[in-house]
Amino acid sequence: MSFAIRCRNLVKRYDGKPPVEAVRGVDLEVRTGECFGLLGPNGAGKTTTMEVLEGLLAATSADLMEVLGMSWGRDDMAIRRRIGISLQETRLTDRLTVLETVVLFRSFYSAGLDPMEAIRRVSLDDKQSALIEKLSGGQRQRLAVACAIVADPELLFLDEPTTGLDPHSRRELWDIVREFRSSGRTILLTTHYMDEAERLCDRVAVIDQGKVIALGTPVELIARLGGQHIVDFSLAENSQPFADDDLRAISSVQSVRREENTFSLSVGEPHVALPALMNHVQETGREFATLTTRHATLEDVFVTLTGRHLRDEGESK
Amino acid sequence: MSQSQLHPLWQLVLCRIRVFYRQPEAVFWTYGFPLVMLTAMGLAFREESKETILVDVVGPQAAAFEAKLSKDPRFKIKQPAANEWRKRLQTGKTNLVVETGESASELPRFWFEPYRAESVLARESVKNAILQSELPPEAANFAESHLEEIGSRYIDFLLPGMVGMNLMGGGMWGIGFVVVDMRVRKLLKRLQATPMRRSDFLLSLMLVRLLFAVFDMGFLTLFGHYAFGVQCRGSLIELAAVMLVGGASFAGIGLLVACRAQTTETISGLMNLVMLPMWILSGVFFSSARFPEITQPIIQALPLTALINALRGVMLDGEGLFALWQPLLLLVAWGAVSFTIALRSFRWT
Repeated sequence: MSFAIRCRNLVKRYDGKPPVEAVRGVDLEVRTGECFGLLGPNGAGKTTTMEVLEGLLAATSADLMEVLGMSWGRDDMAIRRRIGISLQETRLTDRLTVLETVVLFRSFYSAGLDPMEAIRRVSLDDKQSALIEKLSGGQRQRLAVACAIVADPELLFLDEPTTGLDPHSRRELWDIVREFRSSGRTILLTTHYMDEAERLCDRVAVIDQGKVIALGTPVELIARLGGQHIVDFSLAENSQPFADDDLRAISSVQSVRREENTFSLSVGEPHVALPALMNHVQETGREFATLTTRHATLEDVFVTLTGRHLRDEGESK
Repeated sequence: MSQSQLHPLWQLVLCRIRVFYRQPEAVFWTYGFPLVMLTAMGLAFREESKETILVDVVGPQAAAFEAKLSKDPRFKIKQPAANEWRKRLQTGKTNLVVETGESASELPRFWFEPYRAESVLARESVKNAILQSELPPEAANFAESHLEEIGSRYIDFLLPGMVGMNLMGGGMWGIGFVVVDMRVRKLLKRLQATPMRRSDFLLSLMLVRLLFAVFDMGFLTLFGHYAFGVQCRGSLIELAAVMLVGGASFAGIGLLVACRAQTTETISGLMNLVMLPMWILSGVFFSSARFPEITQPIIQALPLTALINALRGVMLDGEGLFALWQPLLLLVAWGAVSFTIALRSFRWT
């Protein structure tokens, strides 16, 4: 199996008072041809990891770091020619048009797509002569991707490609990513949207506080919770709350989580667990206020691992 | 698509030129502002060569005294109200106040401002006029001639100063501000992530700057020529060479100022810190020789002083490049040292 990216024990410390260790020993293996996601809350170290792998930041230390089989510091130009990058936040020159911008980026590479082809792939053909200052957030993000794919790269880095976009624009970007992947190329992206990671990524590394805390396909990670389904319920005000152990005793319940008045049970077989739960509530003289069931998501994985929500840290930095 | 075949250096140059012409405010500050300023200065100092002496006459014998003075057409005489003349003298509305006594035989008293050249001149002229009126006409009948030569007017002095000031501002805004703006936008970081050669990027900034310098300065010089008859005594090629050296030198200084600044506020502050002292000290509006002797070594070492001295050398004194080797060498040194330091400590993020 060939790898697009390999790194072992990657550490990045920012000097300062006190020094900040943004990445604390990350191991990653991104396979050629897969879409790999770094999932984690803001400030988890995703962008720092990404920028070290992109050669924009120097690692403080790493036992191994290879990008397309080459190393930063030795093969910089050769790597840059073969990767495409969309940074978390780049404001391209307002008074240039879409086409002018893509042509400029294309000129830095000896081989690559025709600029119009790159623009077509991100569906900006009708905006090719529009100034960047007239574009919407989603269009700008797509233009950033066009500048990244115009080099026809083997490896594409996308840092939070859909943050701040409306649902429609997000779906458009997902389609671009899927199309790129379907041509056998590799993508490494960061996101703090669990649905994005689930729908887009072949494999996901969940990152928290500078470390990888879980790694696998979205399905595997969810399966590791023990139950694929989640039962959320809350009790009426006059009902006495359950102790966690009471709930764990219910058949097919794998784990119990409680936030304020809401209980979340991860459940292997809802058709077994639900009647048992309802009986238990009735027998003990309690009453439901709400009761819903849903599929488990990566959000549940994250909460189970860390006790915090992905979005706890706030949407904006 | 043939456009995509262009070398990255030319693409970078082309993009910067496009951005410039799509920013009306940049076009105004580069072309409009110097013209407005030059025109205003030209008009304000246009009457300078005409000799007029403003004199106020007060006191009991004012009318008789005015009659005596008014034979000389240079005097513009007023008889203000008794309580007004002090204020008129203080505010420069008159150059001299003549306070006459009770009788015609009593000598008048002169009120003047010893620190104002026009005021001192007015006192001497009035004295002179009174003395001459006592003498036979042939006693002071000197033959007079004057230089009517182009190149000795204020506008002739001012234009090279404005050109120098613009080359400095162009380097600061056109390189310093642009680079920091790109850094703030993370555009520098994005470019760093491509295989773009850094030398192409820096060279494109320099080329665009020099291209604009030639256009702007040509425009300003032509305007000075057609609107005010300003002429260049030296060769135009050598004038252009001095402008290019100055433009390149200030491009280097602009890059140095911008090499680490992280915000546009920082760069604005730094640019003012660099430019303000030179606006005042380097002789844009008046000769830098007016500052005290002990400050001269510092003033003469400033790049804008060197540039303006070289420009005036070519335009006013008709000197060639060899005669101007000192200021030119100084400019090259400023540019080269700044550029080298800037390259070493340049931040892309």
